[in-house]
Amino acid sequence: MALPPPDPQFVLRGTSAPVHTLHFSCGGPEPDIPLLFSGSENGFIHVWNLKTHRVDTALDGHGRKSVYCVETMGGKDRLLSQGRDQRICLWDLAEGRTSVTDSVFTEHVGFCRCSLLKVAQGRWLIAMAARSLEEVQILELPSKTSVCTLKPEVGAKLGMPMCLKLWQLSCGSQPVLLAGYEDGSVVLWNVPMGKALSRLICHQEPVMSLDFDSEKAKGISGSSEKVLSIWSLNEQQNLQVYKTHELVNAGISDITIRPDKKILATAGWDHRIRIFGWKKLKPLAVLDYHTATVHCVSFSDHSNPRDRLLAAGSKDQRISVWSIYAQT
Amino acid sequence: MLCIPQTQSCNYFPLLGDAVLQVLEKISDSLREEILEVLVPRLTDLTKSDCIWQRICWQLVECVPDRWMEAVVLGFVQRAPGANALSRLLGNLVVKNKKAQFVVAQKMLLLQYGHTTAVLQNLLGYLSLDSIRRTLLLRVLQELLETWSSSSAMKHSPAEQQLYISKAILICLSHLKEPEIASCRQELLTSMMEGVKCHLESSLPPLRRLGMVVAESISLSINTEGPVLKFEYEEDDETRELKSLLVQTPSFCVVPSLPDDEKSEKAGAALPLVPESNEKSYTATPVMPDEESDAELDSDDDLIPYDMSEDKELKIKAPMYIRDCIEVLTGSRSEDVDKWEATVKALESLVRRNPAATREVSVELAKILLHLEEKTCIEGFVELRQRAQVAVLTTDPIPVAKYLTSQFYSLNYSLRQRIDILDVLVLAAQELSCPKFHGKTKHSGVQKPCIQLLPGSDSSKDWRRIVDERIKRKIRRFDTGRSRVELVSCPNEFNSVAGYFFFPLIQHFDRPLTTFDLLGEDHLVLGRLVHTLAVLMYLAVNTVAVTAMGKALLEFVWALRFHTDPYVRQGLLSCISSLLLSVPAERILADMTEELLETQSWMGDVMEKDPDGDCRRLALQNLLLMENLKNKLEAVPS
Repeated sequence: MALPPPDPQFVLRGTSAPVHTLHFSCGGPEPDIPLLFSGSENGFIHVWNLKTHRVDTALDGHGRKSVYCVETMGGKDRLLSQGRDQRICLWDLAEGRTSVTDSVFTEHVGFCRCSLLKVAQGRWLIAMAARSLEEVQILELPSKTSVCTLKPEVGAKLGMPMCLKLWQLSCGSQPVLLAGYEDGSVVLWNVPMGKALSRLICHQEPVMSLDFDSEKAKGISGSSEKVLSIWSLNEQQNLQVYKTHELVNAGISDITIRPDKKILATAGWDHRIRIFGWKKLKPLAVLDYHTATVHCVSFSDHSNPRDRLLAAGSKDQRISVWSIYAQT
Repeated sequence: MLCIPQTQSCNYFPLLGDAVLQVLEKISDSLREEILEVLVPRLTDLTKSDCIWQRICWQLVECVPDRWMEAVVLGFVQRAPGANALSRLLGNLVVKNKKAQFVVAQKMLLLQYGHTTAVLQNLLGYLSLDSIRRTLLLRVLQELLETWSSSSAMKHSPAEQQLYISKAILICLSHLKEPEIASCRQELLTSMMEGVKCHLESSLPPLRRLGMVVAESISLSINTEGPVLKFEYEEDDETRELKSLLVQTPSFCVVPSLPDDEKSEKAGAALPLVPESNEKSYTATPVMPDEESDAELDSDDDLIPYDMSEDKELKIKAPMYIRDCIEVLTGSRSEDVDKWEATVKALESLVRRNPAATREVSVELAKILLHLEEKTCIEGFVELRQRAQVAVLTTDPIPVAKYLTSQFYSLNYSLRQRIDILDVLVLAAQELSCPKFHGKTKHSGVQKPCIQLLPGSDSSKDWRRIVDERIKRKIRRFDTGRSRVELVSCPNEFNSVAGYFFFPLIQHFDRPLTTFDLLGEDHLVLGRLVHTLAVLMYLAVNTVAVTAMGKALLEFVWALRFHTDPYVRQGLLSCISSLLLSVPAERILADMTEELLETQSWMGDVMEKDPDGDCRRLALQNLLLMENLKNKLEAVPS
């Protein structure tokens, strides 16, 4: 007899706007407070204290335009945020400061979240959708120099890039980008050479979100239809479909694989969060708390496995935080 | 055989030809078939490789006297197994002989239309095979185009002739070469523009489609680069056959009975070319995971799934009350599109389940539905809206009918909306006039067939079918007796409201508005209106108002009987059929005697002179009904 799904451990209220992005920063040693960063449609980034469940700081740096991506750069003191004001802002939050140290004007008017990758101490690569319709630009941070621009070949008709993931197999190897496009295909790009290695049409509708497990060379993508697509990368750097999974309701906004690669979570348009086992995509739980579309899901980076949390942000302006499968 | 001295050879063949001709002349017309049946195949074989036989044949046909020429040429064209054979048989007869030219270029193409496509292929192929004859081909094409693009020819020639001419045009186009097309490009363009205009104005869908196919083909021929004309229409066998005529495959022996189906793949219709090579590397071919070789411990087994039985399809709740529906549908909150969709889907059943609540807001609801536009892409939106409108109209007939009929003649509605009003009135009338079972409108198989009036379909054809069946039953005059299941009788709900549906529609038809002129360019709507009136008349059988309706309808029809649009005329004749079926015979003969006689002579005229086949058939039907009527009354002992 299966247990009913758990309730959220707690719910964070107070953003006063739909929540579009979440990012945990809980890996620091004691006495650091575990934090959750959230970006909302009203342009604010809230820094939530996970001990008190209250907002510690509210950052206003995007001119009240929706913030749809937040990431930390090596710790909770440096934050990167991307908003609909076409800017990516770099924040310095150390010692209570709340200032924007730098910004990049992307000229991108869509919703494609950027992707960060640490390539060396103090050096990052960031992939983001560029001004031109089908292109992805790779910059180096903090120097903001352009590394390359990834242009699909003429006539490929990929549409806008919808989601990006930069990764490298190990430190020092060539960075690679996985990009999901409007036409439903996922393309693997070799960043230093700036050319596409493989293209796979996984969906009939735009790819809304993707995540990749570099150890198993397996990835998963979700779109606005009912199908989740799992694909793998073989030795020749070719993408192949591994499996598909059909959902009850159509529409996935976000997918994320837990850092221990055991489970993954999807954020659905049907207001539900679904948990699957990553190995075989076994459906594990359906978390039904929110009353509107769930926009984002994120796993925490707690060093102690038992403290691990899952957070989901929704259009109903609430962030639900769950502790699920934390024992394994 | 004989050893003919060379010096006499030049006299020999004409002599031989004369001798054969004398034989021919002695035989009367009725034996022509058998002669040519023997003659043509034999000559075809003989002339295949032998030039001398070809010359013999040519001499033969050239010497045929004028009064026989037509018969001979016609026979040859019909029996020759292909254009090449015909060319060998006839040679340049059409150029040399005036009568032959008339038969081929005028009579067979413009004055007759009963020949098969294969015969047309023979004829036009024959003209194209020789450079001298090609000038004749061009002239023929010009004349065909003139006829095709003339609106008066369109109005007065039957559909079969128009199809024939279209086929001939397409075959001509297929034979023309580039320099020839270039020389007459301007005329082709002008004819195409004029022709497509008058074809698209026609109210009959088959003629419109014919015009579209021919125009597309002409455009394809004259525009070798740049965009070509492309219409949207439903492909069917006829259009495919027509398009296949545009491509000529070089065939040396085409037997006239073989259809040109295999050419249709190469036809000029736009086929999307998918770049094959690109597709192969991208298509997702699932790689089956090696489950057997993966001997690792399945760590997913550690994770116990939770109960997921509640995970079902997300359903947005529709409102439970009519007034809430009105709020949602008129609401300006654009975010709640899910609710709007759910409301549209649920509206019809809500209306039917809450008649009292509906009656309170019926006119308002009717108004909202009439103006309701598709906010999101729902499947079957038009049908959902129509069903809701019918539900509202049947729940509260009188006020809503008053509203709808008044809106039909108001300013600023689109033609589509006006036609929707007519469709809704007809559907509601059908529902009201059918007996209800257990509170639900059930049409059992015993009753007349229930036709769903879907938008876009030619509802008048469906109704015609129903009326035809009823007419057939009446004309055959056998009454099998009520051996069927007795139906529960209940009051005819249409009785009290028939007048409200009918009379307002007739009242203002001759009053033009700035945006709507029934007697002018909006004759399509007039046609639909006339058909609607015919159906309402038909459904009004056994109602109290039927006689008054009949009289009004007869006057209306009489005023319009010479309308140029065949669709309108068909509607008018259907009105007469409905009238004769619905109004009780005694009333017709008592109150409408004179009009009946006039109508009878009008029917006779239509039957003889109307160019449209359907009109003639309807007129005949009406005459039979009138006969039947008279006989029935005479049979009753006075």
